[in-house]
Amino acid sequence: MILLALNPLVSPDPGLFIWSTVTFLILFFLLSKFAWKPIVKALDERERSIEDALSKAEMAKAEMAKLISENEDLLKEARLERDSILKEAKEIKDQIVNDAKDLAKSEGAKLIEKAKIEITNQKLAAMAEIKNQVSSLSIEIAEKVLRKQFEDQGKQQALVNDLLKEVKLN
Amino acid sequence: MDLSHIFNSKKILRVSFYAVLFSLLSFSANSQEHATADTAHEPATAEHGEVAEKDEDISKVILHHIADSHEWHFFGNISIPLPVILLTDKGLVTFLSNKFGHNDHGTEIIDVAGTQLVNYHGKFYYPSKVKSADGTYISYDAKGELLNGKPLDVSMTKNVVSLLISAIVLLIVFIGIANSYKKREGKAPKGLQSILEPVILFVRDDIAKPQLGHKYKGFMPYLLTIFFFVWLNNLMGLVPFFPGGANLSGNIAVTMMLALCTFVLTTVNGNKNYWGHVFTPHVPWWLYPLIIPVEIIGLFTKPIALMIRLFANITAGHILVLSLISLIFILKSVFVAGVAIPFVLFISVIELVVGFIQAFIFTILSALFISMAIEEKYAEH
Repeated sequence: MILLALNPLVSPDPGLFIWSTVTFLILFFLLSKFAWKPIVKALDERERSIEDALSKAEMAKAEMAKLISENEDLLKEARLERDSILKEAKEIKDQIVNDAKDLAKSEGAKLIEKAKIEITNQKLAAMAEIKNQVSSLSIEIAEKVLRKQFEDQGKQQALVNDLLKEVKLN
Repeated sequence: MDLSHIFNSKKILRVSFYAVLFSLLSFSANSQEHATADTAHEPATAEHGEVAEKDEDISKVILHHIADSHEWHFFGNISIPLPVILLTDKGLVTFLSNKFGHNDHGTEIIDVAGTQLVNYHGKFYYPSKVKSADGTYISYDAKGELLNGKPLDVSMTKNVVSLLISAIVLLIVFIGIANSYKKREGKAPKGLQSILEPVILFVRDDIAKPQLGHKYKGFMPYLLTIFFFVWLNNLMGLVPFFPGGANLSGNIAVTMMLALCTFVLTTVNGNKNYWGHVFTPHVPWWLYPLIIPVEIIGLFTKPIALMIRLFANITAGHILVLSLISLIFILKSVFVAGVAIPFVLFISVIELVVGFIQAFIFTILSALFISMAIEEKYAEH
C-alpha cells in the first residue's frame, strides 16, 4: 500500500472512480436495453433465417432429386408400356393380316371351286347342247345324205343286200 | 484448463508483444528511477544538476501527460477549463478550473465561497495553517507523507469528460446500429453496421460462446459493453489531440471499476459448485487451513490482475510513445526526430493492436471468470 500511495499513477482517484462507475453502469444499462438486445436478437434471427433458408434449399434439392428420379421412373415405365403396346399392336396387326390372308385364301379357294364347278357345269351344258346340235345336225345331214343316196332304187337294194350279208356273217 | 485451444495460436504473438513492451517499459522506468536518484543525490553539482533537472522535467512531463487533469490542454497556453467539483467539509464547492489562475505549486490560497483551498500539483488540498519553508501551504511529516487534508474531488476532469464522450459515442453508434438492424430486418448489413457486425460476432463466437457455452446469452450485453468500452477508450487514448489523449483506460481508477464489475458479476453469479471449490476444495481435510486462504486470495487476485493488466499495458504504451518523443528534447537535437518519429510510429501501430488485444483479453478473461463461477459440477478430477 505504501508503494500504491507513493506513485500518483497507481493510486486510484476516488472522483474518477465514482464518475466512471456511474457512467459505465448507465452506459451498460442503456446499451443493453437499446442496443445489444435488438442487435443480438437481429443477429440470431438472421442466422436462424439463413440456416432455415439453407436447410430449405437442401430439402428442395432433395425433393427435386426425388422428383427427377420419379420422373425418370415414370418415363421408363412409360417407355416400357409404349414398347409393350407397340409390340401388342404389331402382334394384333400381324394376326389381323394373317387372318385376312387366310380368309382371303380360303375365300379365293371357295370362289375358284365354285368357278370350277360352274365351269364344269357350263362345259357339260355346252357339251350337251353341242351334242344335241351335233345329233340334230347329223340327223339332218344323215336325212339329206340318205335322201340323196336313196333317190336311186338300185342303191337302196344294194345297201339292203350288204346289210343282209353282214347279218348273215354274225 | 480448456483455454488452450483459444490461446494456442495467439499465445506466441501475445507473449512476444509483452516481452517487447515490458522490456522497453522497464528500461524507461529504470532510466526514470535513475534520473530521480540523480536529483536526490547530487543536487549540488551544477552541471549534473542541470542535466538531472532536465531529466526530471521530462519524466514530470510524461507523468503529467498520463495523469488526469482539471483542464484539457491543447497546445501552448490554450486549454479548455473544466469544472471543478469538490465535496469539502463545508459543503459542495464548484468553480471552473481557470478561475484562480494556473498556480499549482501550493503557494497561493484560493478562497471559494468561504472554503480555503490550495492547488498543489493539480490536486486541491486544505492549506496548512502556516507557510512552509519552501513557500507552500503544504506540509509533510517526517516520513515524507502529506499532512494536508483533502476534499473529495469529484470534478469533471479530463478523464471524466473523455469518459462521457466515449459513452456518448458508444450510445450513438450502437443505438444507431440497433435501429438499422430493426429497419433492415433480415437484410444484409450496411455501412457502420457491416463494419462492427464482425466485431460483435467475434465477441459472441470467439469470446462468449467458447467460455460460457449455452449460457452465453445472459452475459452478452456485459461482455459487449466492456469490450467496446475498453477498445474505444484504448483507441481514443492513442489520439494525441481532443477528443482523445486522455489515457482513460490507462487510469487505474477506471480499470479498477471495470475489474470490480467483473468481480461483482462473478460473485453474484457464483453457484454452489463455485463456492464449494473455495470452501470445500477437493483436498484432504488437513490441507484446508492452507488451501482455503489461497482460494479466497484467488477470488481477489483475478480482478486485481485484470485491473493491473489493462492499466499497465495502456500506460506503458503511452509512456513509451512520450519517452520516444522526449528523446528529441533530452538529446536537444531536431535530428533525433528522424529516429524517434519512426519509432513512435512503430510503437503507435503496435499500440493499435495492443488496444484491441487488451480489450479482447479483458473481455475473454471476464468471460472466463464468469464461466468458472457458473460452471456446473463436472466429473471429479
